[in-house]
Amino acid sequence: MISIKRKTLGDIIMDVVVYVILTILAILMVIPFIYVVAASFSDEVFMAKTPMFLLPMKFTGSGVENHFSAAAYETVFTGTTSKQVIRSLFVSIGITVIGTMINLFFTATMAYGLSRKTLIGKKFMLNIVLFTMVFGGGMIPTFLLVRNLGMYDTYASLIIPGAISAYNMLIVRNFFIELPQGLEEAASIDGCTDIGIFVKIALPLSLPCLATFGLFYAVGHWNGYMTALLYLNDAKKYPFQLVLRNIITQTAQDQIEGQELPEETLKMAVIVIGTVPILCVYPFLQKHFAAGVMVGAIKG
Amino acid sequence: MAKNAKAVAAPAVQKKNTWMQIKRDKWMYALLIPGVLYFIIFHIIPLWGIFIAMKDYYAGVPFFKAEFVGFDNFVRFFCSAGFIRLLRNTLIISIMNIVFFFPLPIILALLLNEIKVQWYKKALQTLVYVPHFVSMVVIASITMMLLKSGATETSSGGAIYEMTKAISGHGETWMESKVAIYWVLLVQNMWKETGWGTIIFLAALAGVDVEQYEAAIVDGASRLQQLIYITVPAIMSTVVTMFILRMGSVLNTGFEQIILMQNDVNRSATETFDTYVYNIGRVEGNYGYSSAVGLFKSIVSLICIQASNRLAKHVGQEGLF
Repeated sequence: MISIKRKTLGDIIMDVVVYVILTILAILMVIPFIYVVAASFSDEVFMAKTPMFLLPMKFTGSGVENHFSAAAYETVFTGTTSKQVIRSLFVSIGITVIGTMINLFFTATMAYGLSRKTLIGKKFMLNIVLFTMVFGGGMIPTFLLVRNLGMYDTYASLIIPGAISAYNMLIVRNFFIELPQGLEEAASIDGCTDIGIFVKIALPLSLPCLATFGLFYAVGHWNGYMTALLYLNDAKKYPFQLVLRNIITQTAQDQIEGQELPEETLKMAVIVIGTVPILCVYPFLQKHFAAGVMVGAIKG
Repeated sequence: MAKNAKAVAAPAVQKKNTWMQIKRDKWMYALLIPGVLYFIIFHIIPLWGIFIAMKDYYAGVPFFKAEFVGFDNFVRFFCSAGFIRLLRNTLIISIMNIVFFFPLPIILALLLNEIKVQWYKKALQTLVYVPHFVSMVVIASITMMLLKSGATETSSGGAIYEMTKAISGHGETWMESKVAIYWVLLVQNMWKETGWGTIIFLAALAGVDVEQYEAAIVDGASRLQQLIYITVPAIMSTVVTMFILRMGSVLNTGFEQIILMQNDVNRSATETFDTYVYNIGRVEGNYGYSSAVGLFKSIVSLICIQASNRLAKHVGQEGLF
């Protein structure tokens, strides 16, 4: 090792360039979100007239001044669309909670079942899983299947057809494989069945790993749009993302047909409500995915 | 003699062993039941779509009454003007992504790797990963806000619309343009996924031997030289693998993003295989024909992925599987 770290002019220039570029990039990526939050707390007239701003404002006689109003949020929960919004929030929360639990149950049991190297038929089952990752019947046959199973237009259609993500299952399986063998052997000598070992040893040891994938599944459910678009018909059953979409895309055409156009600040408030739960779990998500859980997982 | 006897006895012993083993693992099989059932029902049974694709099957007609038409649906699809249009749109979107989006996560990862102040690096990572976790609906909504055209007395256009208007003098109607919409889709994808895309490259960068840098410093290499001669070659294999695998999914343009950005005006430019299947099959109820389109895309995708995987292994990289 060299003890004196000399920085040449070139190195310093490079440092400056790297820091400046990255800082600008990072700011550019989050500015739209800051704008939306600021807009949701702003005055409607100001918001409509100003294309970009980062603090909630309003017009006064002579110029602009800071302004903080939660009126848009009040309208979300008391206005004409409030019934729809509140119901869809409950639907989304329910789907997220129940869906994630089902995801974890299906994923963990299968991953553990496939984690025993000597299991007869393991290779065959793994090959089926890998095959389904690259080839499937497609959107319409799956839709027809869901309909034939009687799940069309039910909440089950948002949960069951996506019960396992093959990719997540394989990563969890890798985690189970790497658990120390000695523990399992000791437990099995003590007369524990495989299910007992799974519940009492494997699950508690892999709790952080399962929590991470639980969060990923939960984010997927909360953000889910496509499954609801495909499998739901009754607008009363819509989860939040679909209601959000409908509020955003209401056009002048709807106004002619007698519907009230939502205010721009209300649209912003609805977007914020759709994003905040994600930002709440984000720190927990980030803690794990950087640790290499996600990389290099699919190996038979 | 003894050897012979052993050879004769082996199959019987093996059979017994197999049975013993299955019996020993019975609870493991019990654990596998829900997952295996799930894969059979939701991933294997839909393969019957091959038969749907060969029938003239519409909404409202019972499946068994639908006429069997063989490969008619496929022929009809290939001969229609729609086929060339879909292929063109899909390839434009995909190739623009490969050319302009693919290098970005690599560059961003290299830049992040140059930041030696750990807390600042962490902070930057936190910010650039955020868009990946936000729902596509929210991303699309914000995009449409920023691009909103047509200023009136009471409202201005979106920020990007006003900016381009200020620069070029005339406002670009992004969402209604059959060319500009491609750039919108590209930049939107860059915004959402560049940060997240760095993860695999950062992992590769973390594996670079520190001693190489120390040796280079002793030899008087500047930071830029270290970057060019040590860091870049070190992640080159990851880059090659990722590139080949990306080429394999050239037909996968993603469904949610495009369906959310699609409108009646830009549809002829944004209709890809996935959205076409949705619009024809789910919306219009033409199940047979749309299954054929979906099946065609699935088969071509499978071939592309297999080919790219082979290629990745051929150039000495680890493939996906």
